[in-house]
Amino acid sequence: MDRNKLKRKIESYVFLTLSFLAAGFGLFFLFWILGDLLINGFKYINKDLFTQDPVPPGMEGGGLKHAFIGHIIITAIGTAIGTPIGILAGIYFAEYGRNSKFANFLRNIVDIMVSNPSIVIGAVVYAILIKPVGHFMGFAGGVALALLMIPVIVITTDEMMKLVPRETREAAYALGAQPWQVSFQVVLRAAKVGVLTGVILGVARISGETAPLLFTSFNNNFTTFDPTNPMASLTVTVFQYAMGPYEEWHKQAWAASFILTFAVLMASLIARYVIQRKKY
Amino acid sequence: MAENLKMEVKNLNFYYAGNKLALKNINLPIYEKKITALIGPSGCGKTTLLRCFNRMHDLYPGNRYEGEILLDGKNILGKDIDLMELRTRVGMVFQKPTPFPMSIFDNIAYGLKLLGIKNKSELQDRIEQALKEAALWEEVKDRLNVSAFSLSGGQQQRLCIARTIAVRPEVILFDEPTSALDPISTAKIEELIVELKKNHTIIIVTHNMQQAARVSDYTAFMYLGELIEFDSTDIIFTKPNKKLTEDYISGRFG
Repeated sequence: MDRNKLKRKIESYVFLTLSFLAAGFGLFFLFWILGDLLINGFKYINKDLFTQDPVPPGMEGGGLKHAFIGHIIITAIGTAIGTPIGILAGIYFAEYGRNSKFANFLRNIVDIMVSNPSIVIGAVVYAILIKPVGHFMGFAGGVALALLMIPVIVITTDEMMKLVPRETREAAYALGAQPWQVSFQVVLRAAKVGVLTGVILGVARISGETAPLLFTSFNNNFTTFDPTNPMASLTVTVFQYAMGPYEEWHKQAWAASFILTFAVLMASLIARYVIQRKKY
Repeated sequence: MAENLKMEVKNLNFYYAGNKLALKNINLPIYEKKITALIGPSGCGKTTLLRCFNRMHDLYPGNRYEGEILLDGKNILGKDIDLMELRTRVGMVFQKPTPFPMSIFDNIAYGLKLLGIKNKSELQDRIEQALKEAALWEEVKDRLNVSAFSLSGGQQQRLCIARTIAVRPEVILFDEPTSALDPISTAKIEELIVELKKNHTIIIVTHNMQQAARVSDYTAFMYLGELIEFDSTDIIFTKPNKKLTEDYISGRFG
């Protein structure tokens, strides 16, 4: 009896220690990355970084204004396309596709889409948008990001709407509401905090992507607001600058990486905060 | 007693998806501006029957009705019935309070807006009237714009009643409306239900036999999907005709 107890205690301690070490291992590298970015990136942040276009390589100064603006525009296009499609598709799965085989089939595809390598999405958008048009453009980058974002939003919308009690739906039907009214006016409202969180997480996901932009929005050395032109983005610029031979480029790449990481971190924190404050 | 027939169930069979027979040949009159209680042990089909009156079962695929339910002489199980219209004529209050995720005002306005009422002052009048009828006005008149979830359970249930009566249904279905509430809230709701029969025909499912005895005019006792006995509440609770009814009423099973 006592030996058994001792054995169980030892087992418990062993597994607890192993889990603790595994968690520590993961966190160690996470903080290493964050610390590295802070140390190497923070000191190169200055006003020029946000307000100046790049200068010819090898020269001092200049900034990444073109990449910040491009990044915001591309992400905004992606969000503007991805959010409504994602939410509508999520509503379809949660409300109309509950018992249908076709919807289950589609749901599986969406699950696969989430883990689809993003470079594949970039290649697909290259084939359907860039190849026919003949040149890179910021808009295509937005489309690629939208395709990456949609599955994230679909899944969270679906899950969040499923959490709304059956009785709430029935109560709306009992008042004489039509199915679309129940979905949009009652269920979506009940789930809106969760859905919003899905959107923020989706934005966080796409704002750190490089691969899908390489073949689509490509890059640009100048600031442009026109999404039919090739457009710079922070991620592609970091990639290019980090690979480049110039010290000045490396500094700016560090600074941009730091800002990007910080922005994604903030978006995730806001999403969490919103969830916790969940009222009605 | 000469009573007006508001609804009538005729030879009703009901099958859940998978051909599971849940109601067997039910025949039941529902009298106008009276309260009819459906009682019986768990699983006897009383809630299933209640949900036939506004065709709630249609929300889930595979459910099937046979027979007729007449509302003012017209069969509501017919194919040509507009379910949305039926549900505005036959309202429903659920077991658990089901406020919508919006303000108190908007909760009640919701059903009215579905009816196409958009005029602000008319909305306000109808909402005030509904809240007064539901005996909730005094408690919430200063905070109509706060979330309905900030109300207590009993208040939420009265809000749901207000929401239901605001659209002025002819019949109101209550599905164990007090089973999630404390005794004081229960007493308030019961009082309210009795008050509501002035203008509405009421059908109430209850687990609680005392509640049926207190509020209802007629009682239907159901067992295993069949209607065993229907009569005035007095008779059911004092000298029922069937042995089974008597056994249930006196607590010998159930």
